[in-house]
Amino acid sequence: MKVEDVPQDLKFTEGTPVRHPIYAVDSEGKYQMVNCVGWEAKNEAIQWQLDAVQEECDEVLERIKKGESTLLEYYAVKNLMTVELLAHYADIPKRKVRKHMSDPEAFANLDEKTLSAYAEALRMTVEELKTFPEK
Amino acid sequence: MELQLQHKPAAHCENGTISNLLRYYGVEVSEPMAFGLSSGLFFVHFPFVKAGGMPMTAFRTFPGLLFKRITKLFGIKSEMRRFLSKDRAMKKLDEVLLGQKTPVGCVVGIYYLPYYPIEYRVHFNGHNICIVGKDEETGVYSVLDPVTIEKVTLSTKDLKKVRFTKGTYPLMGQMYWIKQMPEVIPDLKPLILKAIKKNCKHMAFQPKFIPFAGTNGIIYLSKKIRTWEKTMGRKKALLNLAQIIRMLEETGTGGAGFRYVYGAFLQEAAEKTGLDFMNNYSAEMTQIGDKWREFSYQSSKMLKKRKDEGLTFDDLGDMLEKLGETERDFFRRLYVDIDRCSE
Repeated sequence: MKVEDVPQDLKFTEGTPVRHPIYAVDSEGKYQMVNCVGWEAKNEAIQWQLDAVQEECDEVLERIKKGESTLLEYYAVKNLMTVELLAHYADIPKRKVRKHMSDPEAFANLDEKTLSAYAEALRMTVEELKTFPEK
Repeated sequence: MELQLQHKPAAHCENGTISNLLRYYGVEVSEPMAFGLSSGLFFVHFPFVKAGGMPMTAFRTFPGLLFKRITKLFGIKSEMRRFLSKDRAMKKLDEVLLGQKTPVGCVVGIYYLPYYPIEYRVHFNGHNICIVGKDEETGVYSVLDPVTIEKVTLSTKDLKKVRFTKGTYPLMGQMYWIKQMPEVIPDLKPLILKAIKKNCKHMAFQPKFIPFAGTNGIIYLSKKIRTWEKTMGRKKALLNLAQIIRMLEETGTGGAGFRYVYGAFLQEAAEKTGLDFMNNYSAEMTQIGDKWREFSYQSSKMLKKRKDEGLTFDDLGDMLEKLGETERDFFRRLYVDIDRCSE
């Protein structure tokens, strides 16, 4: 790839210090490092994955309305967390995590300590964890 | 306390960190050189090891291996530690960093890294950063992250979290540092030849009964990719494809990016050893890198299109198979040529 061909498709890295340094050849065939802010192809792949996650979230919302699921599952799916990982990061047994995810009553009766453990693992506040997502 | 070490961005996190650590001791090894010397180019596709529910594809060796290889080549005394206790891991870090005034390389997971864009945060446990200082009052560490343009900071709490992430390949606070440099840095020429030969072996001379690694792996993946649509349905197949594109282009610049780094290494090697034919190989490597990029571009096009439009998974399989054959041929020829002049 030539230095002038390095794509600069800014999308996700805006406002962060993260860049993608890449090596490219200049007009004399010498390699140089160029800072790249993003590439269309990759942004598309990320967007595709995020859309797929969003679709899954919508399914969970449907189930919440039927009373078969809880907001904890919604935010776990949204933050790409599986039961195993969430159980580890929040330091709560898997069996309980599954229960809190599927039983609205169990989730509603959670104490502050458990909630804050979940919230921290999911990088959000307790308030956010309790609020229904806006559409 | 902060050690005097200038930040330099790098295309591959581990090499960038190695190059940073060596620079502190006054040894200027550029990033491509570190990559080449540690025989970093690799390909592996494990259908049975899952990362985020999808088969793992990697264009690099295991985290930590590059550092081991390069220190062995140079004769540097170094240490690598893993921990069971989080507090001990942090204590040891402080001890080495503050007590011995040594920059430390850490393997971290990127999911909890606060300065990453939120969309990039996946469960990937193989990012390398170099820790150069700590503010003892606030407990904030200064960090050289190769993928950022400037020095960044991490609080003690965040650092503890990212050093002990779980998932595929759980991290156990893995850290490494240089203990003692050799008195004389050995002559680079034999090392370069040795490293290239090793890399060629890894890529092109894997035994046939291990289909997952090296160029075998690329051809294996090309066979697998053709069956995806049938075996798991279009939706899941496209998700897997998206994952491969991400691995290709994201985590440490992946496939094409590493080919360019290796090309840059071959160019530098030609200069250092005086073997001009390596320049031709470097140019060839650039073309291979371009083809990988073309592959990810075409794949990303596929995500948007409907079923009967554009390319099919078979076409992608063809592209991959061709790439695999080209690379195998490339590394075999390179091996023969290097072998001839190292005698």
